[in-house]
This record gives sequence, structure tokens and C-alpha cells, in this order.
Amino acid sequence: MAANLDPFQSAHNAGPGRRTILKTLGIGAAGLAGIPLLAACTGGSGPAPGASSKSLTFGSGSSDEVPKNAYKAVTDAFTKKSGITVATNVVPHNDFQNKINSYLQGSPDDAFTWFAGYRMQYYAGKGLLAPVDDVWAKIGGNFSDAMKKASTGPDGKMYLVPNYNYPWGFFYRKSFWAEKGYAVPKTFDELKTLAAKMKGDGIIPIGFADKDGWPAMGTFDYINMRLNGYQFHVDLTAHKESWDQKKVSDVFDTWKALLPFQDPAALGQTWQDAAKALEAKKTGMYLLGSFVTQQFTDPAVLADIDFFPFPEIAVEGTDAVEAPIDGLLLSKKGGDNQAAHDFLAFLGSAEGQNAYAAVDTSNIATVKGADTSKFTPLNKKCADTIANAKYISQFLDRDALPAMANNVMIPALQSFIKDGTVDVKNLEAQAKTLYAAQ
Amino acid sequence: MSTTAEKPAAPDSEPGAAGRTTAGRGRPGAGRRPGKARKVRRLTRRDKLVLAVMVGLPTLIQLLLVWLPTLFSIALSFTRWNGLDLKDIKPAGTDNYRFVVQDYPPFWPAMQHNILWLAFLALIATPLGLLLAVLLDQKIRGSKIYQSIFFTPVMLSLALIGVIWQLFYNRDSGLLNYLLGTAGTPRAVDWFGDSNVNIWAAMVAATWRHAGYVMLLYLAGLKGVDPTLREAASIDGANAVQTFFRVVFPAMRPVNIVIVVITIIESLRAFDIVYIINRGTNGLELISALVIQNLVGEGQVIGVGSALAVILLVISLIPIVFYLIRTFGKESKA
Repeated sequence: MAANLDPFQSAHNAGPGRRTILKTLGIGAAGLAGIPLLAACTGGSGPAPGASSKSLTFGSGSSDEVPKNAYKAVTDAFTKKSGITVATNVVPHNDFQNKINSYLQGSPDDAFTWFAGYRMQYYAGKGLLAPVDDVWAKIGGNFSDAMKKASTGPDGKMYLVPNYNYPWGFFYRKSFWAEKGYAVPKTFDELKTLAAKMKGDGIIPIGFADKDGWPAMGTFDYINMRLNGYQFHVDLTAHKESWDQKKVSDVFDTWKALLPFQDPAALGQTWQDAAKALEAKKTGMYLLGSFVTQQFTDPAVLADIDFFPFPEIAVEGTDAVEAPIDGLLLSKKGGDNQAAHDFLAFLGSAEGQNAYAAVDTSNIATVKGADTSKFTPLNKKCADTIANAKYISQFLDRDALPAMANNVMIPALQSFIKDGTVDVKNLEAQAKTLYAAQ
Repeated sequence: MSTTAEKPAAPDSEPGAAGRTTAGRGRPGAGRRPGKARKVRRLTRRDKLVLAVMVGLPTLIQLLLVWLPTLFSIALSFTRWNGLDLKDIKPAGTDNYRFVVQDYPPFWPAMQHNILWLAFLALIATPLGLLLAVLLDQKIRGSKIYQSIFFTPVMLSLALIGVIWQLFYNRDSGLLNYLLGTAGTPRAVDWFGDSNVNIWAAMVAATWRHAGYVMLLYLAGLKGVDPTLREAASIDGANAVQTFFRVVFPAMRPVNIVIVVITIIESLRAFDIVYIINRGTNGLELISALVIQNLVGEGQVIGVGSALAVILLVISLIPIVFYLIRTFGKESKA
């Protein structure tokens, strides 16, 4: 445009038409092209952390009111104990997760909230995190072997200090089951029998919601681990095992027997809707994480809620529990700050986790010897289930490459829920491309 | 800018430029000949400076914000990259495109939905907007109020639109199922969850916005139609329908072209409503939603996302190039 603008020409053909269209083109192209720009030019800016060992910065994705206050209680307790000041930067949790790439490459905080599983292993493998073996030398005795395993990076070094987790299982209303004479199923066949009985009673046996795409992964994970074992789950999600094999299609075949008992309206509702249906006794049970209890605001209902682990199918009984772990990591830069190491060690102690759990009671502290005096019977059952688990899995979208979980598995599981078919060959083809891009 | 050349006597009178250009365009022959016949006076230094700033700055912005990223994303669409270290970028040839076309199940449904979206907007939403405009152009009482009502959706925030349509479409408590008498029963239609109907539900919501937009443009267009044309048509004995389709509608040609382009662009940009409903999954796949899914956030696969963006860009370019050819073709003939 610039080159053409000699006075003559512009007098001839300058008109609203061309301007409008160039503008339209510009806006359209900007809309399209702006996105890759964001992707291309990663690298954010953040406040420069103090390198002295008397202070540290802490990036928190726990932006909801309760967890935010809970972390504040932790940092306050830490400052009081050690005299080290903590500058907390709270970021809305979706933003925090979505921008983690640029965050870690820009100027991250010394310590930050994150998850166990592939999501942690990946960044550890890329050298963006600092190992905290020195911290684990102090706090190692506070944690179970399953926790320790979940906190280890691909190089065998320790990276994560777990804070809390929450188990996935079937939640149900005790009074409702007592009234109808239902018993907790121990095996998959018993589960099917029970579900058929419920259906006969005019109830939707298994609450189910998958509008958001991720909740169905819980069912997939559990059937997979009960059929093929925990290690297969880990290898499959890390793509060390192929998706195109009988073991995977067996999972879907087994699930297919359960589909008629799951809420047929799943694709149109969120987990909050499904929780309401459980509360209203429209559904008999509901497979979800223990965070489902956040929806039961009526204390009478909350006291009436119980849960049981996913029944055994073929291997390992009910040894594996899906219990995603949230905790703290050190950025590469934070590794040089001794104060940040001290902060993680504090969170790895009963004292630190009690400070957290005193405010946020919906999760289970991971440290041994945490204060359980305020536990409800349900909390206690959740804690026992995790403590007795031989294997703790992190949920498909934390154990697998996020692109695999979000871009591939969500559409695949949703279409499976719709028509009961899934193309494992295609899953493998997609997995191959996506994992190769990492 | 153009005025400076035509009327060197008043080189600095920027505000008058637009008006005069339009006037000159109305009688292209008249504005042109004197300019050619007379020798152009040299531009003053100040003119050059003003020109340089006025042309250079937008060009620079355009280059920085539009063309460079476009070229970057075209380049990235032929690579594999994890978005972390620049040295991790590896060439991938056309693998990303092959992946999108062959292995990525949501891609073809998304293409179909975009075409369906275009057809729906072109055949239902746009004519509806035109109808509203024609009705409101009659001298009916409260026309301004109706106009405001129909235009309101265009001004509402996306989040609000999502909430409003949720009230209509909700399976258990929505107005629509209540009116159908199916609310709370197993026969209740799950407007957003059933992949057979949710695309239609979303398109109706989109129509709600689009029709208001089209209405406003056509209202302006109708006001611009010379009333003597109508008079002449009625003297010749044309009825209202004939007058509209044979005389008024063709006379609005400039508006019609703008509307065609807007309709096409809206159907390609369609994104917000499906993203609010369920992030563009389960029957609501659209190319734009797939681009976002693959480029933004944790599920980021830069190569694949860029390839999708380039595909969308190429599709968008077709109507734009078509429009440019028509516009420039017309101007060079004039």
C-alpha cells in the first residue's frame, strides 16, 4: 500500500471500498495470525525475585477463595517460623495452567503450585525445574512410597513436594441405599447386577457428566487399571505402550457393558449438574473425585454421603487409586534460593500441611501425622483409601501429554459415550504425531 | 491524502479529504481530467512528513501485527515444535497437514459445520435481517424501539449471550422444553448436549445476533435508496413486491456486497457461541474452535494448530480475493 501511494493513483482509486476491505482483511488476518504470534513469541515478564535467602517468591494457581486463603495461612505460618518473607503472586488457575510454558521460560517465581504426573515429569525432563533431593532428605519419612514415587522426575531425582490429594471413587447416599437395600459391590459383576437392579427401580444407576470432556477419563482410567494394571496405565499414558492393541480395546469393550447404566444425558451436563442429581436421589451413585462434596452445601446431605472404591475386575484388586496430587515445585531459578528449599520443606511437614488443611478441608493432606482430629468420617475414609493404596495414579489428563488428553481423548471418549464405538487405530495414529512433536 | 494531489492549494486540510474523495468518486471522469491536465506541484516538506507518518505507521503496525505473524504461522505449520526452546523446532514437511486431514477426527465435521453455518446464515439469518429492515423501514409506530430491540444482541457480551440462551435451552429448567411440555421428562430434548441438535441450537443463537447486525446495515441502505426510484416504479404500475425486488434491492448493491462479505466472514469466524457451550466439542466442532484448542493452552500442538490456522486463512482468502477482484476490476473500468 505504501509503495503505491503516489498522488495520482491515490486520487483515482482511493475509495471506501478498498479501504474497507483492506481493513477487513487486516482484522480477519490479525484474528487468525495473532494466535500463532502468541504461540511463537513465548516469554513472559514477571517480577524479579529476590535472590537473598531471606525471601522468596511464590507463584500460586490456587486462585479460588478457599485454597487462596489456605496457601496464605501456609506462607504466614512459614514466615512466622523462619523469618523468611514470601511474596505470593496469585494467578487465576486456568491462566496459570495455560501459560505454564511461557511462565517457566520467562521469569518464574522461585516456588509454584503444580501437579504430579506427566505434567511435572515433562518440565523436569526439559530442565525447567530444580530438583529438591535435599528437601526430601529431610521430609522423606513423612510420605508413603506411593507419594515418593509420584514426586520423582524422569531422571530419578525428586522434584515435587506433595501438599494434598483427593481420591476418585463411587459416591452415594447412605440413607437412600439403606432404604432400597443396596449393598456396596466388590466386583465388577456385582456392580453390573446392582446397576441393573437400580434401573429396574426406575433410578439412573450411575451418575455421569461429560460436557466438559474430562470427567469420563475417570471411568476409562479405572477400567484400564483394573483390567491391565497400574503400570500399563502409566506406560500407555506416557505412550510407551501403543493405543492400538487388544488391551486398550478390551477397556472399551468392558466399559460398553456399563454404558447403558450411566446417565444418558451425560454429554449435556457438567459434574455439578450430576452432583445435584445424586443429591436429589435421581441417580444411585456417581464416580468422581471427592471434590464432588463441595456441591453438597446442606450439611445433612453431606453427612449422608459415603463412597466406595471402583470394584475389582481382573488384576491388582483395588490396589490402584486415582488420586491426583497437587503440590509445589521449584523453578530452575528458585533452585538457587535456599529460602525456597526451606519453604518446600515446610510444606512437606505436618505443621505446614495442617496450616493448609485448617482452611481448605475438602482435600486430604499427604503427609503422615497430619492433624486428622477434624476429619469427618468421609474424610477419614478418603484418607485411608489413599494411605492403603499401593499405586496412586494422577488421572489421564495429568498422566498423559496434555494435547493427547485434551485434543484426542476428549473427542474420542465423547463419541464413545454417544455410540459405543472407538477407533483405537486412530488413537494410536494421533498419539504418534502428538508425542513426536514434544 | 488524495486531496493534496488534486487540490494543491489546500494541502493541509485533512478533514475535508474524505468528503472530497467521495465526491470525486461519484463523477470519476470529472475529478480526473483536470488533475491529469494540470502539472502536479511538488509536495512541501511538511506534506512529505505527514504522508510518511500516515502511511508508514499503519504499514508498520500492519506488518508487525498481521503479516509477520501470518508468515510465522505458515512457517510453523511445516514444523514440529513443543513451544519451549527455539532449537527444538524440527522440520516436518507436510506432516501436520496430513495429520489434520487424515488422522484428526474433528477436522471434517468442523469443515461441514462451517459450511452448514455459512448456509444457515446466508439462507436464514441474513434474509431475516433484511425482512426486519424492510418492515421497520415502513412508517410504523415505535420503529426506533423495535430497531433497538433487534440490535441489542449485537451489543451484548458473549458471556451474557451464553447465559441467556442457557435459559432457553436448559434440559430440565429451560423455557423451550417447558413450552414443549417435555421439561423434566425423559423425552426432554438436550439442546446443548445432543450432538444431533446442538449445532442447530447454536446457529439459532448466532442468527439472533447476526440478523440484528444485517438489519441495521440494510436500514441504512434503504434510507439511501433514492425515493424517486420507488415513485417511478409505482407510476409504471409495479406492486410492492416487484418494486422491492426489481428496483430497491438492486439499487442497494453496495450494501448487498458488504453483507455478503460479512456473512461469509461471520460464518468463518463463528467461534464464541460454540466455545461458550462446550468448547467446540461433541457436535459443535468448528475450524476456529480447533485452532484455539490446538494453539492456546495446555493442549498446545503448535505445528498442528498452525496448519489449521493456515487452512482457515486460505479458506477466508477466497471470498476476500473474490471481493477485491470485483472491487478493483470495477474501479479500473471506471
